[in-house]
Amino acid sequence: MAIDVFSELQPKDLLFLGEAALRTLEISLTAIGIGSAFGVVFGWMMSEGNRFVTFIINAILDIFRSVPLIIQLILFDSFISIAGYPLPAFVSGTIVLSVYTAALVANVARGGVEAVPASLRKASRSLGLSYWQDLRYIVWPVGLRAVFPSWIGVALSVVKDSALVSVIGYVELLKASQILITRTQDTFVILTIAGLFYFALSYPISKASDYIERRWNQ
Amino acid sequence: MDYEFLWRPVFQAFPQLLKASLVTIEVSIISMVIGLAAGLLLFFARSSGVWIARFFASVWIEVARNTPALFQLFFFKFGLGAIGIIIDSYITVVMALAFNTAGYMAETFRGGFKAIPGSQLNSARSLGMTFVQAQCYVVIPQVLRAVWHPMTNQFIWVMLLTSLGMLVGLRELSGETQFLYSKTFRAFEFFAATAIIYYCIAKLMLLLFRLIAWRLFRGQ
Amino acid sequence: MIEIKNLKKSFDELQVLKGIDLTVNNGEVLSVIGSSGSGKSTLLYCINALEPIDSGSILVDGIGVHDKSTDVNKLRQKIGMVFQQFNMFPHLTAQENVALAPRKVKKMSKKDAMDLAARQLEHVGLGQKLNSYPSALSGGQQQRVAIARALAMEPSYMLFDEVTSALDPELVGEVEDTMRMLAKEGMTMILVTHEINFARDVSDRIAFFHEGRMEEINSPDQLINHPTSEHTVKFLSNVR
Repeated sequence: MAIDVFSELQPKDLLFLGEAALRTLEISLTAIGIGSAFGVVFGWMMSEGNRFVTFIINAILDIFRSVPLIIQLILFDSFISIAGYPLPAFVSGTIVLSVYTAALVANVARGGVEAVPASLRKASRSLGLSYWQDLRYIVWPVGLRAVFPSWIGVALSVVKDSALVSVIGYVELLKASQILITRTQDTFVILTIAGLFYFALSYPISKASDYIERRWNQ
Repeated sequence: MDYEFLWRPVFQAFPQLLKASLVTIEVSIISMVIGLAAGLLLFFARSSGVWIARFFASVWIEVARNTPALFQLFFFKFGLGAIGIIIDSYITVVMALAFNTAGYMAETFRGGFKAIPGSQLNSARSLGMTFVQAQCYVVIPQVLRAVWHPMTNQFIWVMLLTSLGMLVGLRELSGETQFLYSKTFRAFEFFAATAIIYYCIAKLMLLLFRLIAWRLFRGQ
Repeated sequence: MIEIKNLKKSFDELQVLKGIDLTVNNGEVLSVIGSSGSGKSTLLYCINALEPIDSGSILVDGIGVHDKSTDVNKLRQKIGMVFQQFNMFPHLTAQENVALAPRKVKKMSKKDAMDLAARQLEHVGLGQKLNSYPSALSGGQQQRVAIARALAMEPSYMLFDEVTSALDPELVGEVEDTMRMLAKEGMTMILVTHEINFARDVSDRIAFFHEGRMEEINSPDQLINHPTSEHTVKFLSNVR
């Protein structure tokens, strides 16, 4: 795509923004999916494992919660390039974002398992359910209900944090806006479009999640 | 892999990195303090009877919570730049982070005040305390305890977010790292060191907040 | 003396007090009984100006509680109140709980307030628990701290709003004993309660409330053994 220097905002620029918005969705949904799956497993291991396992997993995941995402991205990107296996920006971005998501989801999932009263689990085992059946039919639904709003919170923050993947060259929505701003100088229009996209995605979901939480708490 | 790790430039630049860490900590504290104060005001505005205050506060809170922090930073940088207000990158970052924090803290305060039963206020009033006395000595100390944990998380979150400064030319820890590595092209080594420093700052902050909490809330 | 004249009070559409006339003399212990929703707790909240009233008047030592010119914060110092929920301030120790209002409202020095608090806690039998936080106290102990906290303001009147109904059965006795002690010392008290036997023991008079009206007021013996209103008869047969 040819980019003219300092020209007006054109219809094809909107297409450019739209594609970038799709890339934002693509990378964040992929990361949320992969990260949540791993996060649930880690969370389960932390709540059911022995102290040592819990400590080790928590200490490792804590690193990803205590270092800025932007640094994690740059570090991973430079590591794979010096290791001689450069990856497309989408792939390395997805890997870093997924690990980051898993670290956040693990805590949520742990809270979910621990929110299930021990007496409830004893009751289900006393009925003859196996450990895995208890996990599937009791812990999962009860725990999910307890932490679903927190999981939505994590998922939405991953969508917003995906804006940082631009630093390793992935042209998602915010990077695309920045490119267009530099060229057209139509700052407000472009920023408003970008902001509205995030807002229109995040606001209804977070309100719906608040609503569900209130309904469940009644 | 025929790459040779070279750590010497990093060690040589270590004093500069530590100095930049102070900028990171400074920016975090200033943004957090402004954000906390603004967040409290937003909470009051949103629960006030004046619709214009409620509307303004709601817009602020929802935009802060539902758009990326990087977007907010760009808005302060490019947006204000477009209407001719060019501000220093330090102030830009502080404004954006304080804006973001205020939105999240307003919601945290709402939860904190809601967690204190109305009977606490009643029993304080029944002892002859005025509304203001009851708030200051009975309600607010309990709210502080209720919001302490989320407030600690927010503080660390703000500290991590200061790294966005590198994208608008602020020489805090990340910005300084970028500057130094561009002279030596040792990206991995430099950013690895930086990651470790961030981790240490985060843990120190957590420790400090735990100590303060231990002093403030012991026995409870 | 507390004089209540034709007191009316509504929450939205619902009238909870439909014209109450009642006088409580100094040194008297009055118990108020009745089913929930009869307006008995609301009466206490109105006496302490924690709820506004619609019409009528409440005079405490001749001062109108709801008059615009009345300084309620000053008036409330005369009227101690203990609530159904445990209302100890969770961020303060027992002694600090009791000392807070004397310090901030009566502007006592910290030392004097803490000494006073220690004496009051001693008085309700909690001299060993001065430095305990509420989380380390039983419900019964918390309620006794709440009583000591109210007493520390040296009130002329004490209002008790179902103070034992949130307690485990085995903890009711210690709180009732504390109230008995106060009654013996000559404190003027109004207590809203569900414990008929306790009310009979401790009260000079018992009032029965039904749907916002005072159906009957009499000596404990008369009201319990020879009730005149059919609602009282029904209520008493249900609680026994």
